[in-house]
Amino acid sequence: MSWITAKRRRPVAGYVVVLLGLVLVGAVYATITGSGSSAAATDPAVSQAEIAQGRQIFEQTCATCHGLVAQGTSVAPSLIGVGAAAVDFQVSTGRMPLREPNAEAPRKPQQLTPAQTRAVAEYIQSLGGGPPIPTAAQVSTSGANLALGQELFTANCTQCHNFVGAGGALTYGKYAPALTASTPTQIYEAMVTGPEAMPVFNDTTVTPDEKRDIIAYVTAIRAQGNPGGFSLGRIGPVTEGIFAFLGLLFFMVLAAMWITAKQRKSANE
Amino acid sequence: MSDPREPEAPDELPEARAVPRRVIGTPPPAEARRMLADVDGRKAPPAPRWLPADPPDPRRAKKAERLVAALFILSTLAGIGFIAAYVGLQVGSVDSVFRSNLALGLSMSVVFLALAVGAVIWVRHIMPTVELSEDRHPMASTPQERQAFAETFEQGAEASQFVKRPLLRRTLIAATVPALAAPLVLLRDMGPLPGTSLRHTVWRKGMRLLVYGPNTPIRPGDFSSPGQMITVVPDGYQDNQDALAAATAIIIKFAPGVLQPPTVMNWTVDDIVCYSKICTHVGCPAALYEQTTQHILCPCHQSTFDAPRGALVLFGPAPRPLPQLPITTDADGYLVAASDFREPVGPSFWERG
Amino acid sequence: MTTFTERALEGTGRWLDDRFHSARGVRVLFRKIFPDHWTFLLGEIALYSFIILLLTGTFLTLWFQPSMTEVTYHGSYTHLDGIRMSEAYASTLNISFDVRGGLLMRQIHHWAADLFMAAIFAHMLRIFFTGAYRKPRETNWLIGITMLTLGLLEGLFGYSLPDDLLSGTGIRILEGVLLSIPVVGTYLTFFLFGGLYPGHDIIPRLYIIHVLLIPALLLALISAHLFLMFHQKHTQMPGKGRTNTNVVGAPTYPYFMAKTGAFFLFVFAAVSLAATFVQINPIWLYGPYTPVGISAGSQPDFYMGPLEGMLRMFPSWTWDLAGHTVAWDVFVPALVPLGLLFTGAALWPFLEQWITGDRREHHLLDRPRNAPTRTALGMAAVTFWGVFWLEGANDVIADQLNISLYVTTEISRWAIFIGPVAAYWVTKRICLGLQRKDLHLLEHGVETGIIRQLPSGEYIEETRPVDEEERAVLESRHPAPSLPAGATVAALEEAPVPPAAMRGGMGRVRERLNAVLAESVPTDGHGGGYGEHGNGHGNGHAEHAAISPGDEETGGGATGA
Repeated sequence: MSWITAKRRRPVAGYVVVLLGLVLVGAVYATITGSGSSAAATDPAVSQAEIAQGRQIFEQTCATCHGLVAQGTSVAPSLIGVGAAAVDFQVSTGRMPLREPNAEAPRKPQQLTPAQTRAVAEYIQSLGGGPPIPTAAQVSTSGANLALGQELFTANCTQCHNFVGAGGALTYGKYAPALTASTPTQIYEAMVTGPEAMPVFNDTTVTPDEKRDIIAYVTAIRAQGNPGGFSLGRIGPVTEGIFAFLGLLFFMVLAAMWITAKQRKSANE
Repeated sequence: MSDPREPEAPDELPEARAVPRRVIGTPPPAEARRMLADVDGRKAPPAPRWLPADPPDPRRAKKAERLVAALFILSTLAGIGFIAAYVGLQVGSVDSVFRSNLALGLSMSVVFLALAVGAVIWVRHIMPTVELSEDRHPMASTPQERQAFAETFEQGAEASQFVKRPLLRRTLIAATVPALAAPLVLLRDMGPLPGTSLRHTVWRKGMRLLVYGPNTPIRPGDFSSPGQMITVVPDGYQDNQDALAAATAIIIKFAPGVLQPPTVMNWTVDDIVCYSKICTHVGCPAALYEQTTQHILCPCHQSTFDAPRGALVLFGPAPRPLPQLPITTDADGYLVAASDFREPVGPSFWERG
Repeated sequence: MTTFTERALEGTGRWLDDRFHSARGVRVLFRKIFPDHWTFLLGEIALYSFIILLLTGTFLTLWFQPSMTEVTYHGSYTHLDGIRMSEAYASTLNISFDVRGGLLMRQIHHWAADLFMAAIFAHMLRIFFTGAYRKPRETNWLIGITMLTLGLLEGLFGYSLPDDLLSGTGIRILEGVLLSIPVVGTYLTFFLFGGLYPGHDIIPRLYIIHVLLIPALLLALISAHLFLMFHQKHTQMPGKGRTNTNVVGAPTYPYFMAKTGAFFLFVFAAVSLAATFVQINPIWLYGPYTPVGISAGSQPDFYMGPLEGMLRMFPSWTWDLAGHTVAWDVFVPALVPLGLLFTGAALWPFLEQWITGDRREHHLLDRPRNAPTRTALGMAAVTFWGVFWLEGANDVIADQLNISLYVTTEISRWAIFIGPVAAYWVTKRICLGLQRKDLHLLEHGVETGIIRQLPSGEYIEETRPVDEEERAVLESRHPAPSLPAGATVAALEEAPVPPAAMRGGMGRVRERLNAVLAESVPTDGHGGGYGEHGNGHGNGHAEHAAISPGDEETGGGATGA
């Protein structure tokens, strides 16, 4: 080891140590988070009459994983009976087409246009039925009962999505996503179709009116300002504690250092 | 010692005592002996100063003084601003509270910060810098002092007869013993004895399962999509927190053939199974259900339960599976409990067995 | 003297002195010297935070209703309009949205509480790493640990008062922990909660503990803590002119009074700024407590985080003994690690005295590097606490940093054992390295950055010898702690029977521990007194370091460093 220590005074030694440190941290982090490799891009679609158009898009974009008639394969589930709502949710949030196999499909920019999305959704609906895309009236929040929405949200949603829909961890690298970007339609569709790990909350268990109440509460809460100041992510005491040390205590230490600093000799008699 | 009853010499300085009296932490007499002038009008000879009177550089001190004065004026203005904000800004909505909080908080912060910074500059740049030294004395008293204390203590102990009369001493100590038990006795009525209350919940045969929130009963036909999960509470107790803290449950719908032992199949209806929501670790609602892995996850300490297999513990500190509630349907087709839980729900306790 | 001070003395001064005999006592107080180092102000942060807590807390009590009676909310926060909630929660919403300054006071109160606990930790670590807990200050150390414990409870009960969903979950966990205690668990739980959980008694009971009982205890302990510090005089860092028998600094009047007053204003300014710009404990977002609901990422405030981590980390061990359940999975993590840490901390001054046989008064502080084993042990304890702390936030960490949830727990189960050991080893190496650097500076001087070429053509960097101030600090290593008289190698060579205290199994344990504790870089040519490093055998105690029986009886302060 002495050949290393013999060179420790060289100017490059400092940079090497920092580089090694970065590499070490990065390697450890990458090991415990796990990552996938990038995959191929998707193809754009051409448009015709809706269902036929949808079928075409489906065959080009989705069939490789989901099977030629959406019957499912070893890498993707069957889509027969999932309904237009499921397709609209997955595609409009950009989760589908899936870029890479991962613990969970993340929200990303939409790959298909809204018209194309609707076409594929109608095509899948035609194959086996299932929950349809909710109407505008079903996701309208006017006249909704916010109080009931809060109670329902607390009873059924906060345990995964957190008090304000900031998201939370699930097992094996999955997570309940934050609800900040979800449209009312997407929230409704998620509840009724139960994407990935999310349970299903169908219309006979959580009625459409109750779903509207929940949507009203979610959209109201996320739009609401923070009267107390910067929200620190609204995830609670963890970030508050970090600020208490790195903000408050650090500020106090700086003040203490100033108060007790030795004064320059020229200021003394 | 100046005697307040003698009005003719109220200004007399303390006379030296016959017995040297040790004052805590008294430093040796410093050069400047007196703070007050002598009684008979004679001025004491000018003593060497303990502290310098002025800072060494008057110009810098003057500049610092102006800066500090400006800061103090700023603080005053901010204080007035606080009062104005309090009077002028109303609250009553999220936005108005935001404005009020900002105004009040900012003015208050400026009040304190300006004063603080001004005070520090005052000490550092206007007061002359000094470094003085003070002697420490050993914490232990001198042998003479200890001897004197020992004499006082011993003589007092003898005079009190406490040491010499064991009957007195022992009966006094005996008299204090009941006082030690007083807190336990007086606090007995803080709560009832647990008895068997932890062994049961309010669930009874025939009691309907209500969906929590709208509190409506539910039929298996309404709960027919595999992957569904919802929180249920006993009919009649939906507003009773004490009952809900033990009786809250979840129902999960599975596809046919998925439910297996050790789930008790007789206690399920139509592949719908009902588990207690109260985690067996320390009682948080074990509320997360992952449809894909069919795991029930408690968010507090990540105890994980295998829902199709009797909620067996897969990970985490929970010691037991979630108890299963026997359910069936009533005459109207609604889901009802077939009986109470067959074991105590929730965290472990000594008498649980 | 100006006429202003003359008038003040003739008027008020005379009035007070006639009644209180105050001239001499107040003069002593005014002339008391306080040494200056920024680390000495950490305790003041806690003190002033406490005062702010008292002030803002009193404000809050004017509106808060400590009652669990259910009401229907119709206040200004419209998102919860019509919801049933406890009066405690409703009154907290009222303070936040319908009382001017209410939200500000609530936030100042909560930020001050967080700062109070953070400052106590920082202060306690400073005391430990500089050895300020040594004789005669062991009592103050114990008082401090008691106040830390009380502070933890006070904070826990305080943030549970609003009865919101987040803090209520913490109370639920408290109930589960109490239940798990063998034999008496169910009785304790039923007595505390007045029956079944949640009942109607817990919030009012926590309230009276939070606003009366613990603050009264804390006030009494703080007063004792400060009195002892005044009476024994503050310790000081080593430096020029600073010895074990003096205090060097500036007097209380006017210097320290002004500085500490300014620092109080700084603390108040800091928590005000935080309360203005950074939201804390937004209970309206959490909703009222119900035992049916819970949020993802539920956490207690940071100072309770390690307890949470302990509960998460522990595996699901439980025993069924003849009809009784022993819940190891709950009461072991809840009681054992913190019990170890706090008991260890409380016993440490006395343990160190026993190991080293050092019964002198210590008023000069150690630089942490000059007590490598102690510093390393402290860092091991900090790491131990820290791993639990991180595990307590593992779901937030998993979510934000994209690490699988179970993996975080698995990592922490290993890290709790490996971490402290690694921290001990690394810290010790760093301390010894810093000691070598100090010796190097003393021997070779400070590098000046000026390069000179020698006639031979070689380039050298000029160094200057350390100046007096630096020398005083660098040379401030106290002699290695020595064992009782008669236990030195020299003494043993003459009379091979060791003194009573060193015989037997305990004596050998003591000797080994002393060797480890005394491990330091040797300073050759300085009269010995330092253990050799690397082989773990302390020997060669200097003449001036050995303690004679005479010294022990009078306890006279030996000349320091």
